[in-house]
Amino acid sequence: MTVPVVLNVENLSVEITVPAGTLHAVSNLSLKVHQGETLCIVGESGCGKSITSLAIMNLLPSKAKLTADTMSLEGRDLLDIRESEFASLRGDRIGMIFQDPMTSLNPVFRIGEQLEEVYIQHGKGGRKEARERAEFLLEKVGIIAPAERLSQYPHQLSGGLRQRMMIAMTLMCDPAMIIADEPTTALDVTMQAQTLNLLRSLQKECNTGLVLITHDLGIVARMADRVMVMYAGRSVETGTAVEIFEKPTHPYTQGLINCIPVPGRTKPGSHLGSIRGIVPALVGDIEGCMFRNRCDHVSEECYSGEIGLNEISEGRAYRCLLSPEESLRNFKLKGAA
Amino acid sequence: MKDQISSSPEKLPPALECRDVGRTFMIKRGMFAQKQPLKAVQDINLKINRGDVLAIVGESGCGKTTLAQMLLGLLQPTNGEILLDGQPINSISIKEIATKVQPVFQDPYSSLNPRKTIEQIILLPLIVHKIGTVKDRRERVEKYMRLVGLPKRLVHSYPNQLSGGQRQRVAIARALIMEPKIVVCDEPTSALDVSVQAHILNLLQDLRTKLDLTYAFISHDLAVVEHLADSVAVMYLGRLIEFGKAADIFSNPQHPYTRALLDSVLTPDPSLGLPKITLGKGLPNPLSPPSGCYFHPRCPEATEECHQHTPVLKDTGERLVECHLH
Ligand SMILES: Nc1ncnc2c1ncn2[C@@H]1O[C@H](COP(=O)(O)OP(=O)(O)OP(=O)(O)O)[C@@H](O)[C@H]1O
Ligand SMILES: Nc1ncnc2c1ncn2[C@@H]1O[C@H](COP(=O)(O)OP(=O)(O)OP(=O)(O)O)[C@@H](O)[C@H]1O
Ligand code: SF4
Ligand SMILES: [Mg+2]
Ligand SMILES: [Mg+2]
Repeated sequence: MTVPVVLNVENLSVEITVPAGTLHAVSNLSLKVHQGETLCIVGESGCGKSITSLAIMNLLPSKAKLTADTMSLEGRDLLDIRESEFASLRGDRIGMIFQDPMTSLNPVFRIGEQLEEVYIQHGKGGRKEARERAEFLLEKVGIIAPAERLSQYPHQLSGGLRQRMMIAMTLMCDPAMIIADEPTTALDVTMQAQTLNLLRSLQKECNTGLVLITHDLGIVARMADRVMVMYAGRSVETGTAVEIFEKPTHPYTQGLINCIPVPGRTKPGSHLGSIRGIVPALVGDIEGCMFRNRCDHVSEECYSGEIGLNEISEGRAYRCLLSPEESLRNFKLKGAA
Repeated sequence: MKDQISSSPEKLPPALECRDVGRTFMIKRGMFAQKQPLKAVQDINLKINRGDVLAIVGESGCGKTTLAQMLLGLLQPTNGEILLDGQPINSISIKEIATKVQPVFQDPYSSLNPRKTIEQIILLPLIVHKIGTVKDRRERVEKYMRLVGLPKRLVHSYPNQLSGGQRQRVAIARALIMEPKIVVCDEPTSALDVSVQAHILNLLQDLRTKLDLTYAFISHDLAVVEHLADSVAVMYLGRLIEFGKAADIFSNPQHPYTRALLDSVLTPDPSLGLPKITLGKGLPNPLSPPSGCYFHPRCPEATEECHQHTPVLKDTGERLVECHLH
């Protein structure tokens, strides 16, 4: 029994023209999401997470140029369709949740009108069915008195409520795929846990594929089926959540895991692990490993050529010249006995 | 002999103390509406001992920054008083306050003037308070840049030429140049990537021991709080609802809100699922706070009493808890 692939991307690259030259925002990125599966993309600011999601949604800024070998949604080729066709997929088969819900909610329309519009516009049914579906979903996302809320304007709602509205809106047409870009970063921790729970239960119920973008390793560990660690526009490690946290193989992943304090593991007041240096500029052509200036295990070979993905098993790969054994030998979980 | 006794640490007053501190803002909603009071901070009583790190936690809008501004002497309390080294803060000159307590803010991007060089930014407090000769000032800048790990070559750079972590180091150097004993950090690493955050947290720890500093540390990241803090103050809707030693709070939280906060922490352990949080979703409106205990509409353990009566803060010496269950 194989679970169908919903989203398939192979060798996606995005270049952006900037005054200083060509910025390689995303380079040769491949990903696959199955039905009902959650793929977490994690990485630091500027590593290309948002550009990747905008590329998939066909919402890149005009100065950005996309190339890819494959990009398909439920088997339908996304590279070879017009924007008008793409527009009819967005909100219907693939939905996006942004960090700031106000980027998707229109301030001058009532919430209800906006939710219903998505449904009607995609030909799912009339006003009455749309209203019923909206009320149904609002209840699902834990909003009390849905009818009342639907007649309010976005600014009348708290951040947490707006984010729930966004989730409901994304689900109006029962999409096959949801891309959520830092959906809970703006929320308080209690609200974050509640919202993630909700997103997860709705996703499992509808068997939706989910790409969840975050910089929070706690969210990754608790939400992901599979993980992609990005660095400087590239995928540097992929694996299941357990593989990534128990046997991180790329020196960057290892560094990330060791630089956060973890209650019960890291000793209070002790020095945290750290990664020296800063992320490289992505402008111009760069040879060799993007992480070399910050890596403790750098060697001469890291400076030239293209560092390919080292595949350990299906879906498990890392982009480093060290062998998995060598690399794991270098890793000791900070604070672990 | 007498001197020795009075300078023993137990006899010194706390570095900072709040006595019944409150701050009310008058808010005008709409053109003709009457002004309404918004109690951003209410009846806060707490002490920060010398050399300690006090963490202040609580959800957005609960009054953390308002309290921090008062601790810095930047905002006047409308009730109660704040004692700095045992003296009422409003009896101390602005210059003297600045030599005792300094801030580090969240956003290293907007809190630095983009048109000033790093040197100008760091020594500005010295100029404002007319401290030192030109030579002294330059030496101090050099000293503190070294202490916070900023390379000397950056003295004449501008903020936009620095990374986020370097900018936060500039903000820390600017705070330290007045040689304060207390630093109030308002979300100092929230805008930073975790790899940069680790450097800044390590730096804050080092500076604390090297310079004998006391920190008031605001953060929404409870893992960071557990890592740094000696004591923790939990706020809800302007009120202090739990206060105690960090180790005690983390091992045995008593207020239902504190418990929910700690349950919400997502440690990076893939064998654990998401925590089930049973808090009600009725987020509070600070302009018309709930009756009784402010937390009762969301509290999973609320009783009729919580509805009716405001709980009194229970003080067991080691721990303060404001809840009818305790
Ligand atoms: N409109 C744009 N014009 C020029 N460069 C851009 C634009 N948008 C993004 N970039 C650049 O592309 C790279 C990737 O950016 P992206 O927004 O995808 O990062 P991210 O991983 O989402 O970061 P964050 O965690 O901060 O959201 C960065 O170097 C960024 O500066
Ligand atoms: N200058 C002001 N005038 C009017 N109201 C204010 C002012 N400053 C703060 N408030 C209000 O006081 C309350 C507490 O705000 P404060 O900024 O202290 O919260 P906070 O805990 O720091 O929140 P956050 O985590 O979002 O920074 C909020 O309701 C806020 O809207
Ligand atoms: S007093 Fe009552 S409502 Fe308030 S926190 Fe305690 S149990 Fe909950
Ligand atoms: Mg982004
Ligand atoms: Mg604040």
